[in-house]
Amino acid sequence: MNLSHLKPGERGTIVAFTDLEMSVKLMEMGCLPGEMVEVERFAPLGDPMAIRVAGYQLCLRKDEASVIIIT
Amino acid sequence: MVGNPNTGKSTLFNLLTGLNQKIGNFPGITVDKKVGYCKLTPDQQAEVTDLPGTYSLYPKSKDESIVFQVLADKGNANHPDMIVVVADATNLRRNLLLYSQVADLNIPVVLALNMTDMAKKEGININVDKLSAKLGIQVVPISARSNTGLKELKQAIANITPIATQEKGADMKVLAGGAIEEVKTLVGTDNDYYALQLLHQHEHLECYTSQYEEFETIERNHHFESSKLQAAETIARYKHLSTILSDVIEDTGTAKKFVISDRIDAILTNRFWGFFIFLFILLFVFNAIFSWASYPMDLIEESFAWLTSTGHEHLPPGVLTDLLLDGVVAGLGGIVIFIPQIAILFAFISILEDTGYMARVTFMMDKIMRKFGLSGRSVVPMIGSLACAVPSIMSARTIESWKDRIITIMVAPLVSCSARLPVYTLLISLIIPEENVFGFISLQALTLMAMYLISIVAAMVVAFVMKFIIKAKEKSYFIMELPVYRMPRWKNVLFTMYEKSKTFVLEAGKVIIAISIVLWVLASYGPSEKFKAIDSKYAQIELKQDSLQVSTLERDKSAEKLENSYAGILGHTIEPVIRPLGFDWKIGIALITSFAAREAFVGTMATIYSVDGVADNEGTIRDKMRVAVDAKTGLPLFTFATGFSLMLFYAFAMQCMSTVAVVYRETKTWKWPVIQTVYMTVMAYVASLIAYQILK
Repeated sequence: MNLSHLKPGERGTIVAFTDLEMSVKLMEMGCLPGEMVEVERFAPLGDPMAIRVAGYQLCLRKDEASVIIIT
Repeated sequence: MVGNPNTGKSTLFNLLTGLNQKIGNFPGITVDKKVGYCKLTPDQQAEVTDLPGTYSLYPKSKDESIVFQVLADKGNANHPDMIVVVADATNLRRNLLLYSQVADLNIPVVLALNMTDMAKKEGININVDKLSAKLGIQVVPISARSNTGLKELKQAIANITPIATQEKGADMKVLAGGAIEEVKTLVGTDNDYYALQLLHQHEHLECYTSQYEEFETIERNHHFESSKLQAAETIARYKHLSTILSDVIEDTGTAKKFVISDRIDAILTNRFWGFFIFLFILLFVFNAIFSWASYPMDLIEESFAWLTSTGHEHLPPGVLTDLLLDGVVAGLGGIVIFIPQIAILFAFISILEDTGYMARVTFMMDKIMRKFGLSGRSVVPMIGSLACAVPSIMSARTIESWKDRIITIMVAPLVSCSARLPVYTLLISLIIPEENVFGFISLQALTLMAMYLISIVAAMVVAFVMKFIIKAKEKSYFIMELPVYRMPRWKNVLFTMYEKSKTFVLEAGKVIIAISIVLWVLASYGPSEKFKAIDSKYAQIELKQDSLQVSTLERDKSAEKLENSYAGILGHTIEPVIRPLGFDWKIGIALITSFAAREAFVGTMATIYSVDGVADNEGTIRDKMRVAVDAKTGLPLFTFATGFSLMLFYAFAMQCMSTVAVVYRETKTWKWPVIQTVYMTVMAYVASLIAYQILK
């Protein structure tokens, strides 16, 4: 499952990324494999989304979240 | 100074350097360079460069690429003797990723641990001595917000040894050992990480362009895969940092800090209320720009009028005085008049940014704006353009993606600015009857609102078209930190107001003054024989008819001079072109002078229509324009068709040299201001042509 499928309040653990280039950016921002993520909320129009990861809040577009594989 | 975004790096920079700073350019690219001077000890002064905020040395935008360029190239004029890494103590691990990369470049470094007070409040305890021992450098806990630890930081900078003392962050040899060794012999360095970075980024470094082929050969021979290695490096560094931080950080209350911020978010980004609150805040800001700025603007206008008239009274009459007062001083006035709006707009922007609300606005608006080729970050510049495009284009700098930023800059001047208002009100009062629809809505106000709506729709449509034309050089991300809500730092707000106003006056000002002088020359000079004839004609009239008021005579004379000036001749020259739009040569002159500033339309009309003897000379401009007849057809000139066509022309045409100047400054090339001026003028011409031909 990927991160964009979660609903607000749901959590998951990052396992892998499907896009190498994007994974560098995401990891630099603290989204590392093994890290717990929680979906905080979606923007009023449903995209982008805000997640809690590595002790801070990050927002990203749904298609960017979809490269993050979680369990 | 190097650090992540949102770490308070700029605040610290301002604290260290005070007003003793200047903004220049990094050679060749469109990134501002902020340099300041800081007294470390009574006899030591440091030159401080504030590098753009970034999460790593691998750049994702043009702004970020400057960081490695400056740190890597020893020949770079900005290459530092030492680096201060600013880290946010409330999120230390992520912040130390950049530190560990920077440290491995083997330049002496000091770590400034910012927001330590905030971290303590949140239950995060950092053992600074242990951290310092483990990293092998001086670590200074500070709080730029409450101004603590600065003295210690200055002392640490003064104490720095010329040889780097830091421990290595991660072993790079395991990643690409063979390639690293070859690069080390190629460029003559003993630094593994520097060699690895060169493999990744040598094509962005001017000093290594001559060795491009050698680098490429090494990369091919060792199957060097940039993205894969970046990912591996990031993981290795985080692993190393985790072991370092394991007994340095004690976190007792992780979740606590988000409670308040989450509650605020639940309201401000609420599905239903979010947009209403945003609209309300916008309305407030927009209203402030209009109403608060009007007092200082009136004052500035009066002061410059006073300066001009007093100057004319006391200085010896002549060409030099006229040039100084009507050219330079008038041009200066045209610049200074924008300062209140710029200062107020940037005060609000900096408050909204500082509190963290701006990040939420971009979060909410991104989906809508993306459909039109813009991004969530374009919202603020677009709204600000309702007041004035000049500060708004400057504020577009917060847009990271190059393509989104260029499109925002390109369409911002289409949004109806306050300078169009006097033109609209004059023309509307001429062509729209004072009637009400449904008994209470004024038809004139409705027309005015329609003009604003047309402008916003036009901006969106053009943005949509440009989305397909402009090719992006870099991938656009919307991965962004949503900072915790905080109180604004008022000192920062004042600082931003000062800095933006100063930049505008100094940079855009040069161009504006130059064009003002050219316009003044065009409007005051003409072929000498014609001017002599006018002089003698009015001298004779003055002798014959002393009953006529001298002031009226002077006005008629200057109007006739304007007609025969080079500007007037230009007006006659362009008449065939603007005829199909319903304009005569007089409007042509106004179009030319309006290039200085749109509101010049009203003034030019005032001067030029004083020549028509038909109207009572005491009447207002509006009355004069109403009875003005077309010299060729003998019919009233300002019909509904002409008026509407003229309004559309002012809505779309690029008639603002301040904007041209600021677009040049922001894009650092003439390409974009030229494209913008051309497309807007073509759009204005076509719109006016269609409107006039249909309505006439």
